[in-house]
Amino acid sequence: MSRVVVDVMPKPEILDPQGKAVLGALPRLGFSGVADVRQGKRFELEVEGEVTDEVLAEVARMAETLLSNPVIENFTVRVEESAEVQA
Amino acid sequence: MRIGVVTFPGSLDDVDAQRAVRIGGNEAVPLWHGEHDLKGVDAVVLPGGFSYGDYLRCGAISRFSPVMAEVVEAAGRGMPVLGICNGFQILCESHLLPGALIRNDHRKFVCRDQRLRIERTDTPWTSAYAAGQEITVVLKNGEGGYVADDATLDRLEGEGQVVARYLEHNPNGSLRDIAGVSNERGNVVGLMPHPEHAVEDLTGSGTDGLGFFTSLVEAVLA
Repeated sequence: MSRVVVDVMPKPEILDPQGKAVLGALPRLGFSGVADVRQGKRFELEVEGEVTDEVLAEVARMAETLLSNPVIENFTVRVEESAEVQA
Repeated sequence: MRIGVVTFPGSLDDVDAQRAVRIGGNEAVPLWHGEHDLKGVDAVVLPGGFSYGDYLRCGAISRFSPVMAEVVEAAGRGMPVLGICNGFQILCESHLLPGALIRNDHRKFVCRDQRLRIERTDTPWTSAYAAGQEITVVLKNGEGGYVADDATLDRLEGEGQVVARYLEHNPNGSLRDIAGVSNERGNVVGLMPHPEHAVEDLTGSGTDGLGFFTSLVEAVLA
């Protein structure tokens, strides 16, 4: 099994009220120095077999069909190396 | 006329919409999200609520339900389709309508009597209104901010596809105060406010919404 990660973010020109809420909360909690926050979504797809270019192209089709709304969101697709262990 | 009202898991206003259809002088036909069957109806209403729990994005899962395959196909043939609130979100996710609906700019759920201006009256859902007529109906949404790129907005305005606009107060950050839009042909209409909640004096805020449910008859008789 391999993990393919799809990150979905609101397009830069689209207002992100959730990101703004987080941005507003940070200084109230004593955190400073953050100029902006954008909130998106991360999808982790456990893919059977080798991650070939065809598989990545198929995941990109999944991303533009279901995982994102291309009207308001951009996405990126990448393979997460199996050596990476979550802390 | 026989007007189908789709119930999705999480729909809230399907029964109100059925009732509004009947008060408008039509037969309400319940439709189920899981069936590839429109039961021969003449038109379809997608009601408000939180279909599929608003998971992923509002309307994103509903769009791929079996009944929506039939709705999309019928809409392409010209069948009248009205999406209210969550129904509007589903129509945008289905690409039957341009644009998208995002979280209210002020981040709070809004519930209020909302003043609107009806701007397009040559649709099967709005022909009972006069162009420019001002009405008040309930608005209740958390993700009602209508957005589209400038080129799309310009096209919508230029082609007269803005069906209704917010008056006096923009309640959710919708660009250009847009409360409802149609497709080019005009048979598919999406509206964020709830005309189905404004069809009887008994329940307050007047009967200004009734026109959305009487227009179909008038469109046929005209």
